[in-house]
Formats: sequence, structure tokens, C-alpha cells
Amino acid sequence: MAHLKSKSGSLLIKGGHLVDPAAGVNALMDVLLRDGQVAEVAAPGKIKGGADEKFDARGLMVAPGFIDLHVHLREPGQSHKETIVSGTAAAAAGGFTSVCTMPNTVPVVDTVEWVVWLQSPERGAIVNVFPVAAATRGSQGVQLSDFRGLQSAGAVAVTDDGKPILDDNIMREALRLGGELNLPVVQHAEDTRVTEGRPMQEGANSFRMGLRGQTAAAEASIVERDVHLAQQFPNARLHVAHLSASDSLKAVRRGKKNRVRVTCEVTPHHFALTDEDIRDYDANYKMNPPLRSASDREALLVALADGTVDAIATDHAPHALHEKEMEFERAASGITGLETALGLAITRLHKQHGIPIARILELFTAGPARVFNLQGRGTLARGSVADVTIFDPKKKWTFEAAKSLSLSKNTPFDGWVLTGKVMATILGGRVVWRG
Amino acid sequence: MEEAARGSLLDIESLEAAELLTLLRSARRMNPLRPRPLLRGKRVVLLFYESSTRTRSSFEIAAKSLGAQTVLVQASGSSIEKGESLLDTGDTLRAVGADVIVIRHPSSGAARVMAAHLDIPVINAGDGMHEHPTQALLDAYTILQHKKSLKGLQVAIIGDIVHSRVARSDCHLLSKLGAKVVLCGPPELAPDLAATIAPGVRVTRHLEDALRGTDVVMLLRVQKERLAGLKIDLNQYIVRYQMTLARLKLARRDAIVMHPGPINRGLELAGDVADCPQARILEQVRNGVPVRMAVLARALGK
Repeated sequence: MAHLKSKSGSLLIKGGHLVDPAAGVNALMDVLLRDGQVAEVAAPGKIKGGADEKFDARGLMVAPGFIDLHVHLREPGQSHKETIVSGTAAAAAGGFTSVCTMPNTVPVVDTVEWVVWLQSPERGAIVNVFPVAAATRGSQGVQLSDFRGLQSAGAVAVTDDGKPILDDNIMREALRLGGELNLPVVQHAEDTRVTEGRPMQEGANSFRMGLRGQTAAAEASIVERDVHLAQQFPNARLHVAHLSASDSLKAVRRGKKNRVRVTCEVTPHHFALTDEDIRDYDANYKMNPPLRSASDREALLVALADGTVDAIATDHAPHALHEKEMEFERAASGITGLETALGLAITRLHKQHGIPIARILELFTAGPARVFNLQGRGTLARGSVADVTIFDPKKKWTFEAAKSLSLSKNTPFDGWVLTGKVMATILGGRVVWRG
Repeated sequence: MEEAARGSLLDIESLEAAELLTLLRSARRMNPLRPRPLLRGKRVVLLFYESSTRTRSSFEIAAKSLGAQTVLVQASGSSIEKGESLLDTGDTLRAVGADVIVIRHPSSGAARVMAAHLDIPVINAGDGMHEHPTQALLDAYTILQHKKSLKGLQVAIIGDIVHSRVARSDCHLLSKLGAKVVLCGPPELAPDLAATIAPGVRVTRHLEDALRGTDVVMLLRVQKERLAGLKIDLNQYIVRYQMTLARLKLARRDAIVMHPGPINRGLELAGDVADCPQARILEQVRNGVPVRMAVLARALGK
């Protein structure tokens, strides 16, 4: 668990429109935060007694602090790309009060010591950091890591992200043991035996660009296998990371119907872009999984709306300029995403495709909290943690990568005009970022 | 991504028909036997990450015919072997005084990435499976020596389309200038997707279909190393797709036979097809020089 000290004292958020999907609230409400918790939620003007500070939220939306299940903060070992300080600053600017960090660092976070290190106050995190630990030693896919110890130290899930767990027996064992501990196993679903040397989705654009394309089956086949394996253990918890393919959704739906405990996340870039958007061999359009076809994107939009998808996660993957500005097939995969997530969701999911704001916020709050068992978070019900995101759902703004708080500027969204801007991020009752 | 410097030639796809025709007209005025010192004092760097006979030598002769100095940098024997990045190599060549960089690279898009980074023109001499724009220009130049116009012509491109940068550039160029293109080969080498590359391009599996009524028969090298991965039976390929004198009769009587080289006699074409009167393969090579002279002159604003 995070070690950030919440300040004693009180903050009254007045006049805002509270959207708390977990509590079923979608109305004008005042929210009183006290001693790091939500003390009271009531109709405007009904909260009696004073507060040390007030926040005028008239015209703004007030939501539980956003939770990102999939973030690369690059520490330990790759602080030229990002640090916990810079990455959590970008998170705060994007409205995220909690980020779950991927273990594919240098070294891999596969020991209790590194899980503790990540959460130490010395790291200077600006928002809550919840480590996801490696599922196998060194993420080599051969021998399971010490799930029990890692979980006791604060790991909220295990994964070999960046790589899949391909071996059927290892994956089965991970799901079995994870199930005993109620610990989600997060799979980066990619059959690397068929994606090697294929840096984008197969389609008209890959042919035109002269790049070898991979098919969506490289992802879906692994999701299908994993759902099948998870079905063997009633308590197993499978979470599909950055799901991008239509056929993967079919497997997830089938699993959910058959009471398999399977959840999934979708990234903003996969719901905002397709493989046809890749141009000029700009590696800021290169990510893994790759941008998919228009029909895959359509399927994601349906699944985001109908409840199949549990969370929007950014897969924030910072890389230095020199790791991106090179031959497309050699360039590093991944883009930054923390600061553009809400704007993309409101612009694309709400304005363009009519998904209600309350559903979008569920994907940023209650959904992810449920996926990784983050107790007391993802809601602003009385007694929960005083992590709050306040945003203006109508405000138009231009995202400028150069001004990003992330150390890295690798994003395809530079210069995009987005609707929906974070105005304040509150952590444990304390404002940590103001727009 | 930054724009490439003026005069760069990165692909055919982004050029308009008028620009292509201007280049072809300019090429007709170029003659390596009558040198014109248009580029006197200019430095042309030939940066070759892959082996090449035709393209490299014809760029070199073209540059020298225009009075430029040339420097050849190859991957082996340079700092590239020591792991220098593409862009650092570009900066280095710029710093030593290159006025234009001609680049051949195994990765699709390499020329574009370098051009976006530099303020001097970059000429793509072939990037991965993407494009080979000067080859397409010399192909058009060669066709136009035998046909009045590209408009309305039928060009059959036969063989390994999927791995071919020549095929992609030719499709764009021929489409822009009004020719119909028929791509022909087994699905592994000529996927249906290939028809999406440009208007007026279609795919067929049947050689007879591709040849009937065609004005130009363009053969591509079968890249044996790639076939292995695709599990294609070479003998089967020969049976179905090898160009023979008998099959050539299906094409128009005045059809010409082209091949970007290097040719594999006995594989994509029977040996006697390479030497038949309709073959223009060496003419293509010869035409590479004036075409590249025109491209270099354009690069440096002459």
C-alpha cells in the first residue's frame, strides 16, 4: 500500500456535480473530506460546520480519484525515460490518484525488496503507487515468483508485462496460485512466436508501408487459452492487459458468461486510433499491441459501452527521443498516456460515440478498483479514501507534448484539441495538482 | 515528424503525376556521354546499408556526369558497424559537408526518418520492402521509349510482390500516370491486400489472365531466402509462374519484358526470355543513369 501521509484537516468541495458510479450518485453534491477520508456527501449547502479549506467546484465534475492499472514508471533502472517523481506528476496532471506500476524494469520487480522500494516515501511519488510484481522470476516465464511474499509486501497483482506467459503449465500454475491468494494474474496476451519482426497490424497500410503485419489472432489466441485455463480454478483471477482485438473480446465475454473471473482493460490509443493512422514511419504510432483495424476499434467501442471492458488503462510507456527516432521496425514500442486519457475518453467516447460520462468514469474509478481489489478507492462513499479528481467536462484544450510533465514526449496526440480537462487532483484530502 | 528538405525523393506515392512527368522530361535531357557540370562542387554521399550493383554504380556515374564529387559509405567498414544510429550517421555526413544523401537501407521508412531529421535533401535508393522510387522512374522511362504514353497501357507485374519495393513504387507510378496494373503470383507472394495500394491495380493468381493483352511484362526476382519461410515449393512456382517464350506469346505481340535485376535465369524467367528481342532488361540498367541525373539535379535545385 502507498505510504503517502494524508494531511489532517478538512476540505469542502462545493457546488460540483458528483459522479460516483460505485455509489450510484450522479447529481450536484458537496463533498467534505476530513483527515484523509470522505467525511460527508450531501446536497449543495447541506453540509453544516466549517472546513479548513473550500474548493469551488461550480460548473465542474467531481469524481473518485482515477486509477490507472497499467503504467510504466521505468524505475528502477531506466530513469532516462521516466522517474517515479516525473511519472506520478504526469499522473496527477491527468487526474490519476493511483497508478499501478509494471515490473519490467531493470532489474525486474520480482522480489519483496523491490516491491517495498517502489513504495518507499523516498521515491517522492506524488500519487499512490501500487506495484504489480513479476509473475515469474526475472519475467523469464520459467519459475513462478513468490506470490505470497510479493502480495504481503504490497503487490496488487502479478504479470510478466512486456512479455506473455506462453507456457501452458506456468500460466495454469500462476492462475491456480493467484486464485488461492485472490491475486490477479495480468496477461500481456501476445503469441510472440508469430509476432516477431512484425511491428504493426496487417492491413492495407502495412502493405503500403512495406512492413510485415501481425494479425489480431496473435492476441486473441492467448486470451482464449487463458480464459480456458482460468476456468479450471473457481478462484483464479485473470486480467487481460491492453486488450485490442475484437476476437479477444469474444473470449472475455464467453468467460464472463461462464463465470470465469476474467477482467480486461483497454487503452485510450486503441479506442482513438487505428492502423490506418500510422504515417511517415513515425514511431509515436508504434505500440504493442499495435494499433488495430477499424473493425477492432469498433468492437472496443461497443465493449467499452456495454460493460465488457472493466477499465481504461493508459499503458503509459515513456521512451527517450533517441529510442523512438529510428527505423520503425527497430524503434521502441509504446507511448505516454497519463495526461491525455481523460480528454481522449470524453472527446472520443462521450462526444463522438455517446457513451455516458458516468460509464466513462466507472472505467476510470470503480472498475479498476474492483479489478485490483483497491479497498476504499474508486468511490467517494462516506468513509472511503479522500482521493478526488475534479474536471471540466466541457473545456477544450490543446495537448502540447513539450509541456508534458512526463520526462518523455513520445505521443501521437501532440497538438490534439481535446475536450475535458482535469482542474484539480486531490490525494488523501490534499490538492496535489491544479489545472 | 518534420518535413523533408526540398528536393528530397522519398517515395513515388507522395508525388503528383505532373512532378513525375517533369522528372521524366528532365531525364530525357540528361546524357552521361555529354556531361553537364550542373552540380560542380557539390558532394553526393552514397550511404549504402545493403549491397547493390546497379543502383549504386548508376547513382555514382550520374553524380559524376553532373560534376559532383561522390563519397561512398557502406555499413561494413564504417561506424555503422560500431552501432552508430541512423540519425547520428546522417548528422555526421551532414557535418562533413554532404549536400545530398542517397540512402539504401534494409528497413522500410529509413529514408523518411533520416529526411525528417536533416535539412539537406535525401534520396531513397530503396528502403526495405517499401519503395524504390528511382527504379520506378527508370521503368517508366524505359516503357516510354517503346510506348507513346502510359495512359491505358496494361502492365503485368509477376512474382514476389509482397517483399518488393520495386513493385510498390511501380504500382504508384503506373497508377498515377494512367496505366492498369495486374499483379500476379501465389497468395503468399501476391496477397489480395496488394490491390489496395493504388487505383487501377488488381491481383490475379493466373498467369494467363495477367498476360493476355498486356503491353509490359515485368518480372520480379524470386528471393529464395524469403520463400523458405513461406514454405513455397520452388518447382511449383516455376511450373505456374516462370516466364517462358511460349507464355510470352499470350501477351501483346509488341509487349516488352522488364526485370529490375538481378535476374535468376531458370527461376522467374527462362534463360532465353532474358535474351529475347522483347527483353529490355539491360536498357533499364542503362536508363538508370539519366534518370538518376535528373533526380540529383532536382535535389539540388538545378
